[in-house]
Amino acid sequence: MKINDVILQTVTKLVVFIILTFGVELFFSGHNDPGGGFIGGLVLSSALVLLFLVHDIETVEKGIPVDFKKVAAVGVLFVVGTGVGAVLFGASFLSQAFGHFELPVFGSTELATVVLFEAGVAMAVVGTVVTIMLSISEDV
Amino acid sequence: METLITILIGVLVTVAVYLLLSRSLIRVILGSAVLSHAVHLLLMVMGGLKKGSVPLLGEQAEAYTDALPQALILTAIVISFAVSAFLLVLAYRTYKETGLDDLHELRGFTDE
Amino acid sequence: MLTITMAIFIPFLAAIFIPSIYKGIPRVNIGWFVLIIPVTLFIMLARNISAIAAGETYIQTIPWIPSAGIYFTTYLDGLSMIFGLLITGVGSLVILYSIYYLSARESLAHFYVYLLLFMGAMLGVVFSDNMMVLYVFWELTSISSFLLIAFWYHRKQSRYGAQKSLLITVTGGIAMLAGFLMLYAMTGSFSIRENIASVGELTGEALFLPALLLVLVGAFTKSAQFPFHIWLPDAMEAPTPVSAYLHSATMVKAGIYIVARFTPVFGGEPVWFYAVSAVGIFTLFWGSLNAVRQTDLKALLAYSTISQLGLVMSLFGLGSAALHAGYSANSVLYTQATFAALFHLVNHSTFKGALFMMVGIVDLNVGTRDVRRLGGLMSLMPFTFTIAVIGSFSMAGLPPFNGFLSKEMFFEAMLTLRHLEFFSIGTWGTWFPVIAWIASVFTFVYSMIIVFQTFLGEHQPDRLDRKAHEAPPGMLIAPSILALLVVTIFFFPNIIGQYLLRPAMASIYPSLAGEMELAPRILAWHGKVDTPLLMTGGVVILGIILYRLLQYWRNIYEIGPFRWNLDALYNGMLSFAERSSSLLTNFYMTGDLRNYLSYIFAFFLLAVGGSLWFTGGFSFDMSNDAPIALNEYILVFVMAAACVLMLFVRSRITAILLNGVLGYSIALFFVFFRAPDLALTQIVVETVTTGLFLACFYFLPEWKREKSAQPTKIFNGLIAVSAGVVVTVIALSVQGNKMFESISVYFENAYDLAGGKNIVNTILGDFRAFDTMLEVVVLFIAGIGVYTLVKLKAKKEERDVED
Repeated sequence: MKINDVILQTVTKLVVFIILTFGVELFFSGHNDPGGGFIGGLVLSSALVLLFLVHDIETVEKGIPVDFKKVAAVGVLFVVGTGVGAVLFGASFLSQAFGHFELPVFGSTELATVVLFEAGVAMAVVGTVVTIMLSISEDV
Repeated sequence: METLITILIGVLVTVAVYLLLSRSLIRVILGSAVLSHAVHLLLMVMGGLKKGSVPLLGEQAEAYTDALPQALILTAIVISFAVSAFLLVLAYRTYKETGLDDLHELRGFTDE
Repeated sequence: MLTITMAIFIPFLAAIFIPSIYKGIPRVNIGWFVLIIPVTLFIMLARNISAIAAGETYIQTIPWIPSAGIYFTTYLDGLSMIFGLLITGVGSLVILYSIYYLSARESLAHFYVYLLLFMGAMLGVVFSDNMMVLYVFWELTSISSFLLIAFWYHRKQSRYGAQKSLLITVTGGIAMLAGFLMLYAMTGSFSIRENIASVGELTGEALFLPALLLVLVGAFTKSAQFPFHIWLPDAMEAPTPVSAYLHSATMVKAGIYIVARFTPVFGGEPVWFYAVSAVGIFTLFWGSLNAVRQTDLKALLAYSTISQLGLVMSLFGLGSAALHAGYSANSVLYTQATFAALFHLVNHSTFKGALFMMVGIVDLNVGTRDVRRLGGLMSLMPFTFTIAVIGSFSMAGLPPFNGFLSKEMFFEAMLTLRHLEFFSIGTWGTWFPVIAWIASVFTFVYSMIIVFQTFLGEHQPDRLDRKAHEAPPGMLIAPSILALLVVTIFFFPNIIGQYLLRPAMASIYPSLAGEMELAPRILAWHGKVDTPLLMTGGVVILGIILYRLLQYWRNIYEIGPFRWNLDALYNGMLSFAERSSSLLTNFYMTGDLRNYLSYIFAFFLLAVGGSLWFTGGFSFDMSNDAPIALNEYILVFVMAAACVLMLFVRSRITAILLNGVLGYSIALFFVFFRAPDLALTQIVVETVTTGLFLACFYFLPEWKREKSAQPTKIFNGLIAVSAGVVVTVIALSVQGNKMFESISVYFENAYDLAGGKNIVNTILGDFRAFDTMLEVVVLFIAGIGVYTLVKLKAKKEERDVED
């Protein structure tokens, strides 16, 4: 797929950053406000898909030399890993822990292992969605 | 509200089942997509509609909407996405390999 | 003791690492790494011999499914010790042998993984105290045996043999499972020890006899007893180390183990006595008779294994009489039968293992194991010849080899049957020694065939595939050790008797253990010429005569009962089952998606709609409904219109856009229904899905009008409408009847329980994280599926498989 559209490409450069920021914001706000791993991951992947649509695949692959299959696999590993990690600490499978900590810059902050879990979910979603999209569009 | 949405679900299910029973692969996939829409709405209705505030504790509301169906639907949305994607690619590969997108013809019958 | 549990799992754990070691270190034969495991386990077990001999037992329990009475309990006593030593000891030798036997081109990683699986499973069988755990390991031995027999899966005979062994042993296994469940129903415990403890209360129960018979079916199928023996000759398609290990030394003895282990539970029953001893003695007779007619050395050994297993089985049957007799002078006599059985069990593993390895060497070196083509190998393969002589003469029951001792004890045990006064045995008691003696004559004949037709006579180099020469020294180590054991045990039998057999006797006769000496001294010479010795003499004389005249009486195999073929029965049943099930399947599995979906929806309509109709569960209650705003009316109308339109549009692009309308409308509904997370997700997913549809449509053809006939369309419409109606009615009825309070209040503690304020998100990430984890896995699998569907094109491979 080769679309040569200068306006689209320029706008995309800007928009992709906005979407990416939005995705990250959604990911981190998920604990207390709407958002979370799924939505964050989906938004991030839609930004990437947009990039792939506007530029051709080769260019993007040069810019982001990541194998998204591996991203997905690492995500799944994270998700399962936090579960197994809980078992190693003597808790039952997949139990999450959280606590409040005083951090120098942020003040009193809540840290939770669920972030790792959510990160895994987000990575798996990004990896899978981009893999699906790429597989289809590459197979011409 | 619940009754109205339930009737809407009935319509969606009817259309979805009709599409699923048809011979064209695309219609079947479309049918499964519509069916999952219907199921999401059904789950939502089961928890009661507009019975409280958004399920965010930050809202400090007196009552919250049932959060469990929402969590279930969130899972279901992602899974139905995965299934649709897989079915689509399956249909696409089938067409590439055989040149057919008709389930009846795929069984080896040219036409009835 | 934790180490016993470990002993079961070490082989499984090792099996995980074998493939990577195999790839990582290609220069060293993987067998050497594997060899470490059984040797370590053997030493580990052997260090406990003296403690076990002193009467100790080790037990360790790990709760597995306590609610169902299933505990992972391992138990080491005298009986499991013997089997444990056999499994690890013979296992070590077999692996050592296999290093030289299998060429490096074979898929060694598979072979050793299967072998380790088997070893772990077999150790699990003999060390488990819980019947459910035992059953799991029992079936695992069948499966690993299947994999090993089919190791050369490109050969049709291998696949046939593997399937046959699996079908027969697994059928028996299921029967045994039913027996275990019956025992559980009676005693309320899956523990074998607890079942033994409550044995007195059991005998009157209605389920006792069925349980007994079912457990026996399991044992007989595994130990290849008549009429289930037919799988063993076909299992000889496996590589020879496997035959030596699974199909002569260990797996086929699992049935014997079960009989021995359950003797304290069932042994007092006359049915047990008759079934075990009669089936055993007949198998002994039938196996030895059929062994003589075989021309393939491995088939001959297979029948001889069947026959020897029958011998051990019959001895256990006789031994069970002691439990019936209780403590008396006579019962000492019957316990001797069990003692002989255990002794012969050990002896058989040594000499039969050596013989199998010997046959493997011959096969590998000259390219055939057909006795008609072999001959005169003695001068070419002197070491192999020596091993063959030791193994065969021991099997024939000649001194100075260990088979002589156990054969004498066998005769003696059979002779005591004449004194048996209970079980209304009558004249049958005299038949047992006679059959035993006749069977021994045939045993002698086929033992001679192994030695003399292979190694003596005329050497026929032109009929052999390869030039005969002695095997490499490494290959001879394992059989030599076994052959050495055969001789050593003859001269020092009482070491085995006191350290291995006596504690095992105590586990078989827990009620008699304290009251009398269960392990007699084993003597080669009883100080006088007694009946067993005379019987042996008769066996030798008649055996030599029969062997000499073999060519004259071979024709008897053409007549009568020998032509009745259990194999044909098995094949007939198999093909009948295949034909009828494929008929049945083809009847409803038409390959048409529409049919399948019709089944599903029809079932849904009948089951759900029908039960609604019959229970009269309709009750509509709309009083609690939330109010409806105008915009919601509009949205509902839009959605209904969009989805109905979808049925009629001409272009698929329009249809997809309509589907998009549905999706975004639902997202809007989610906003109305106070579900921000869902709304966000739905919007993004809908966008991506629509994109995906469009991307695929780029390649797919425009859809055509449905070509179905009018009646089909009406039928489809009918199903569709009724499905819609049923769903609506159910949903309305559910809303009308609030039968219990919602559990969702629990989740409103999210901040205290999970530290999050977004309830939906805490449910996903914390309360029900298992769902989310599996969902992610499903998503990942779908992604991988898409990737492989697109990227991997099926290649036409060359088939190297016989049909």
